[in-house]
Amino acid sequence: MSYLYAAYIITWVIHIGYIGTLVRRYKRLRQEMEDLKRRN
Amino acid sequence: MKRAFPILAVLTVALLCYGLYQALWVAPTEKTMGDVQRIFYYHVPSAWTAGVLFFVNFLASIAYLVWRNTKADALAVAAAEVGVVFCTIVLVTGPIWARPVWGIWWTWDLRLTLTLVLWLIYVSYLLLRRFSTSGQTPVIAAVLAIFGTLDIPLVYFSIWFFRTQHPQPVIGGGGSIDPRMLHAFFVNLIAFTCFGALICWARYRLEVLRREVEETQALESLLEPRSAR
Amino acid sequence: MVKPGPIGIARTTLLKDLRLEWRSKDAINSMLFFALLVVVIFSFSFDPTAEESRRIAGGLVWVSFLFAAVVALNQTWARELRNQVLDAYRVSPAPANSLFLAKSVGNFVFVAVLEALMTPLFIVFYNLRAVGPAYQLLIVAVLGTWALVVNGTFFAAISLRTRSREIMLPLLLFPISIPALLAMVEATSSILTGEFSPRFWIVLLVAYDVVFTIASLFLFELVLHAE
Repeated sequence: MSYLYAAYIITWVIHIGYIGTLVRRYKRLRQEMEDLKRRN
Repeated sequence: MKRAFPILAVLTVALLCYGLYQALWVAPTEKTMGDVQRIFYYHVPSAWTAGVLFFVNFLASIAYLVWRNTKADALAVAAAEVGVVFCTIVLVTGPIWARPVWGIWWTWDLRLTLTLVLWLIYVSYLLLRRFSTSGQTPVIAAVLAIFGTLDIPLVYFSIWFFRTQHPQPVIGGGGSIDPRMLHAFFVNLIAFTCFGALICWARYRLEVLRREVEETQALESLLEPRSAR
Repeated sequence: MVKPGPIGIARTTLLKDLRLEWRSKDAINSMLFFALLVVVIFSFSFDPTAEESRRIAGGLVWVSFLFAAVVALNQTWARELRNQVLDAYRVSPAPANSLFLAKSVGNFVFVAVLEALMTPLFIVFYNLRAVGPAYQLLIVAVLGTWALVVNGTFFAAISLRTRSREIMLPLLLFPISIPALLAMVEATSSILTGEFSPRFWIVLLVAYDVVFTIASLFLFELVLHAE
């Protein structure tokens, strides 16, 4: 049933997408922290 | 405490895989709805997790108002944001389930409508946090969270009575319950709750880090004029 | 000199607001015209038969009241902001509740006047006639208007320190008002069509009003000082 697979796939797409944004923001913040520490 | 995170992550992934296996292969096919019914194993646990997270937001908001603990506020933000993610999934899987079973994408049935209103309330909460220029955003947001939570029983009863006056098909209800189905359901319920807690924890740590960076930046801009001389 | 109590302060503030508004008629004029426009546009868009109109009038009427109310609510605190009245209020020993009560009741009066002026227009455009007891419509109107106004005044205060202040108010107000809106619309429809009893909806509106009036009075102080 394609509806079933659509539901499961879209669930994981949303979750992976969100976790992806978290990882990206985390990396950027870590980078900024490093820059700040280096400047001082 | 930091070591617990990877352990929980591994446990959660294992549970999610087991849950997926249970949902797609072990649980028997439902009599009336067929295989589409298996969406239930993702739809309802997501709704439950969203509810738990919104409740955490409520408690954290109160904790912030009473003790002004910034960590409580960080938790409130994290719980609300992750809750909205899970809520979105409920709102997306619901219609995908409804369409093949009842031929309609949407019906103003109790659970789905309640989920939609919850989604709207917490999205407005997140928008307030983003658009607020006040120095005391956490206080204002916490107040809004309390208002939102107070609203929930009123929303429930209003939709419930509306439904009894104008009955329509119920999404996600009915069908026979086999013990193997119950097992699959509970596995996914626990798996998604752990998953929700895990992401919330990650978002919380991100928030704490973000505030640290902000503070350091603010401190630096305070000290800069002196060093520029 | 006798120190005025909290109710006295609320009354004074309310009378001041009403007097200022009566002299300038700023808010009332803009709201009136906007309300008229809304009624006309809705009448163009939805042109039902007499039977249908009784069924949908509840929704149309309350949506237009809602929009008119938002226009009124958006400038609730504008005058205070312009003249730094809020700062004065923060340092005065007057309880924050009095200010909130005065503002809410003032808004209630404004919106009630609006509704009173718009209703005949709706009756004319939609040939409305209540099949059920019409006095109940008044109860629904009072309870429903207070539900919108009490939360609207509170969220208007919250929206003061936000970017896009004018859009923030409806963004916050509409989701939380959904049970009240549903109750108002359903109660009005059931009274107009005479099909159902509006009792449950009226009880729900009372519960809604009580819960949020208490919550607003309780928490307004926090919001007032959080600027």
